[in-house]
Amino acid sequence: MSRRSAIDAARARSAWLFVTPMLVVLAVVAAWPLARTIWFSMTNATLVDLTTYDFIWFDNFVVHAEGRWYGIFTDPQWLRALWNTLVFAAVSVSLELVLGVIVALIVNASLPGRGLMRAAMLVPWAIPTVVSAKIWQWMLNDQFGVVNAMLEGAGFTDGPIAWLGGSSLAMVSIIMVDVWKTTPFVALLVLAALQTLPKEIYEAAKVDGIHPVKVFFKVTLPLIKPALVVAVIFRLLDAMRMFDLVYVMTGSSEETMTLSVFARQALVSFQDVGYGSAASTGLFLIIAMITVIYIMTLKPLGQEKAA
Amino acid sequence: MKSNRLIKNGALVLLWIVVALFLLFPFYYAVVSSFREGSAIFEASLWPGDPTLANYRAVMTDQPFAKNILNSLIVAFSVVVLSLGLATFASYAFGRAKFKGRRLLLYTILGVSMFPQVAVLSGLFEIVRLFGLYNNLLSLVFSYMIFTLPFTVWVLTSFMRDLPVEIEEAAIMDGASSWTIVTKVFLPLLAPALVTTGLLAFIAAWNEFLFALSFTLTNEQRTVPVAIALITGASQYELPWGNIMAASVIVTVPMIVLVLIFQRKLVAGLTAGAVKG
Repeated sequence: MSRRSAIDAARARSAWLFVTPMLVVLAVVAAWPLARTIWFSMTNATLVDLTTYDFIWFDNFVVHAEGRWYGIFTDPQWLRALWNTLVFAAVSVSLELVLGVIVALIVNASLPGRGLMRAAMLVPWAIPTVVSAKIWQWMLNDQFGVVNAMLEGAGFTDGPIAWLGGSSLAMVSIIMVDVWKTTPFVALLVLAALQTLPKEIYEAAKVDGIHPVKVFFKVTLPLIKPALVVAVIFRLLDAMRMFDLVYVMTGSSEETMTLSVFARQALVSFQDVGYGSAASTGLFLIIAMITVIYIMTLKPLGQEKAA
Repeated sequence: MKSNRLIKNGALVLLWIVVALFLLFPFYYAVVSSFREGSAIFEASLWPGDPTLANYRAVMTDQPFAKNILNSLIVAFSVVVLSLGLATFASYAFGRAKFKGRRLLLYTILGVSMFPQVAVLSGLFEIVRLFGLYNNLLSLVFSYMIFTLPFTVWVLTSFMRDLPVEIEEAAIMDGASSWTIVTKVFLPLLAPALVTTGLLAFIAAWNEFLFALSFTLTNEQRTVPVAIALITGASQYELPWGNIMAASVIVTVPMIVLVLIFQRKLVAGLTAGAVKG
């Protein structure tokens, strides 16, 4: 037997032994609870007593009874939450992507103090989401907030603006906070990709006198595309399941309620485990679709260089 | 030519300052607010004026905030130790061995890391109740594994793959078992990766909100994010912003210090977790 195949055999023997404990834990914390959530979504269980319930099939999702439609898919509040979630995800991820690339390009310019800049970028990321939500809630306070004070001081406005009050401004505010918090993350991923690019191409482009903007769109952008795809997917999934920022900043207000906030409200506040589970299952299906599409676009894992 | 470059660099520096101000100002303002007391906090000025530690004292004495910090530390440390322990062995199998079903398993784990947390909430509620863990920190340690475990496995696998094969070959030829190889040969080599991954898992557990909010009931059992989110004033109409900002600064400063110390490694860990698909 060759040396290599002896090693492979030894590794394969222990592989399952080493993987199993981790898989058992994942089964108990992820697979089983998910299966139960999907099960509960077809029941009328309540949080008061999780053991007695009727199985009602898809009535929590959509049902026509006594001339009216019921179920999350016809619930205006759920549809509003779906719309909010989509708007939030689309707008904040696009902004984060564009700003992230710009910030990465700025930081990538070789100037003294680049390290300091990179450190500054990590600060919003290091602040716990709940804390940043509270800080911004305070800064955006309509009467005593520093944002209104600065806008008024600069002469942009002449009265306080109710940023987080019940209007479309609340969504704008939440998107702004999310952009503040996660643009640095996107920028760091892009920066890492930028730093692997070969310098020769840029020198050649410079010698040939090609305009930097053209170089960016024709050379840089295609080369950093894989990093951008990863950043978009990670941010998109995070945005689709957004809970803490919205919950802390605006509670259960209709204008900003996301799918996660809706599901938890039905489940915990209204104790309606059946309906809440249906809402959770709906969100899970949406995210599962995005995940499957993402995984299908990945390079097959088995083809990376053998260890 | 030279002045042209000077202008360009000047513009860049200006841009940096604008970006840095935008990134750092909210935290600066939280610090400033945390040192103001009484009516001074409502003045919205950019300087602390007459700084006082009253808010810090209040947050530590009027409520069990020290206990909240301890809770967060206990939960986060336990989660890190458990995740790293399980993930180290799993990542050895994923990173170095070829076995049937390996690819499918890795994709499944990647899939789990993308779960919306709320999708397992009712199922977890049932388990937490069944084992009598409601309002108990163990329920948090247990439920946090759902996001720390896939992540640590994924990142450690990518680090494990890059370790030199010669060391392992030599150990196998000397008759070392897989257990010995992982614990005696690879563990020391992986130490830097473990620190990075552990820190990222620690931050995730320290920041978690949804499970902590749902599985704890009393202020005594709360972790810091929930405690901060639920700080209330003497009356329904009064929000103690000074206290909230003081509490925010207390839990954020250690995080920022940790992140800045480990910044290079953290970025490497984040990209390893994200990019290597």
